Amino acid sequence: MADARAATTNQPLLVADGLGKAYGRLTACEDISFALYPGEVLAIVGESGSGKSTLLQLLSTQLAATAGRVSYRMRDGVLRDLSSLGEAERRFLFRTDWGFVHQDPAQGLRMAVSAGANVGERLMAVGWNHYGRIRQTATAWLERVEIDVGRIDDAPRTYSGGMRQRLQIARNLVTEPRLVFMDEPTGGLDVSVQARLLDLVRGLVSELGLAVIVVTHDLAVARLLSHRIMVMKAGRVIETGLTDQVLDDPREPYSQLLVSSILPA
Amino acid sequence: MTPTIEPVMIEITNAEKTFTMHLQGGIRLPVVRGVSFKVRAGECVVLSGPSGAGKSSILKMVFGNYRCDGGVIAVRHGDEMLDVAKAEPRQILSVRRSTVGYVSQFLRAVPRVPTIDVVAEPLIATGTSRDRAHEQAGALLRCLNIPERLWGLPPSTFSGGEQQRVNIARGFIPELPILLLDEPTASLDAANREVVVDLIDEKKRAGVAMIAIVHDDEIRRLIADRVVDVTTFAVAA
Repeated sequence: MADARAATTNQPLLVADGLGKAYGRLTACEDISFALYPGEVLAIVGESGSGKSTLLQLLSTQLAATAGRVSYRMRDGVLRDLSSLGEAERRFLFRTDWGFVHQDPAQGLRMAVSAGANVGERLMAVGWNHYGRIRQTATAWLERVEIDVGRIDDAPRTYSGGMRQRLQIARNLVTEPRLVFMDEPTGGLDVSVQARLLDLVRGLVSELGLAVIVVTHDLAVARLLSHRIMVMKAGRVIETGLTDQVLDDPREPYSQLLVSSILPA
Repeated sequence: MTPTIEPVMIEITNAEKTFTMHLQGGIRLPVVRGVSFKVRAGECVVLSGPSGAGKSSILKMVFGNYRCDGGVIAVRHGDEMLDVAKAEPRQILSVRRSTVGYVSQFLRAVPRVPTIDVVAEPLIATGTSRDRAHEQAGALLRCLNIPERLWGLPPSTFSGGEQQRVNIARGFIPELPILLLDEPTASLDAANREVVVDLIDEKKRAGVAMIAIVHDDEIRRLIADRVVDVTTFAVAA
């Protein structure tokens, strides 16, 4: 029951057009096209090996496509082909307008520096240089993701899995990105910790009007967070639609199998 | 006195629904065909028919929760009639935000969110201030006999009947021009059933168009302006 306050703007934020990735004869992703609007949460679901993580990497330009393209509406309102961006422009986008939440927080955090520095670093990367303001903003963000501010000078190495994941989210959101990619954000967490994290993410997404592309194999995560779902199988999108439509009335054989495979709680 | 003709809010023409069960060897289960009726502003149409006749399926097609396999389901969305059967997901979300509400008997509770926020959320999402939304949510909860000491707790800890009443409050709070009611009074006690009937009356006076499923004959008599017999849309085997 994701908040329906999505997509009030009429111009897409990100557009994938015939996107594909092949490794020699092996096809990881094929012919993927969709448009994502501001404030919209899209879940990409499918089992391991369906190509959903590859797709996320293609969309976030961490992997070069072998077919098609991804375009993104920059802050100046111009839709640009991401492959035409220079390395510096691409990195700037990643530091400011985009976030990427990894399944393993160790990949998205610097484990040996303090939590405060983990959050502050992104601000410094966009030109903040007033220590007091950086510290103050970092503190506010730790509170927002429900981390005890008394732990601000501790390194995330000393944090629990759930705290690490919440810190990673704070680090990503501090620059007020418009688009956040999430790769199995609740993957390695206990069920009770998952619920808390999902609830937190859900609140932040609607409060900040974020667009999110979340890859998950967990349909409950998709149900709770997303407005729209794409079901992937063998590198292709086989079904797409409104989240409750796909989950309550799945049309394709594989989607029906996925939905019927959920164990009732 | 000539009655004024209220505008048509929902117009369903030849809608149909068939489920194809791929995991059961591709069995096709036709549910309804040729569904056609209109609902005007301020009118409550009750769907009747035995369990399995397709009443809920029709409601879910109007909400865009089930896909419609044929026909037209037009709802008045702002100044236009939008065909939900062919609408894009974004359009359906927009319809749910500002036009069509759905009240089921089951609350899909989000862990940890307090009851008062669960109820106030639809108002806050459409721009009402937090304080005002909480005030209205409180009034509605009081009306539905949910004691104030429970408002700060998440409804997941409540009894089934209490959860249902929280869900009713959440469903009735936004001022949407169309409401779909899927057995809103099932398993409520007499006092709370009466409250729901009053809420429905209030919505009618406000010009809300409603489609309802109710099994209780007494409630049906109280709320129905018209009854549509769903068995007439049954698919001949």
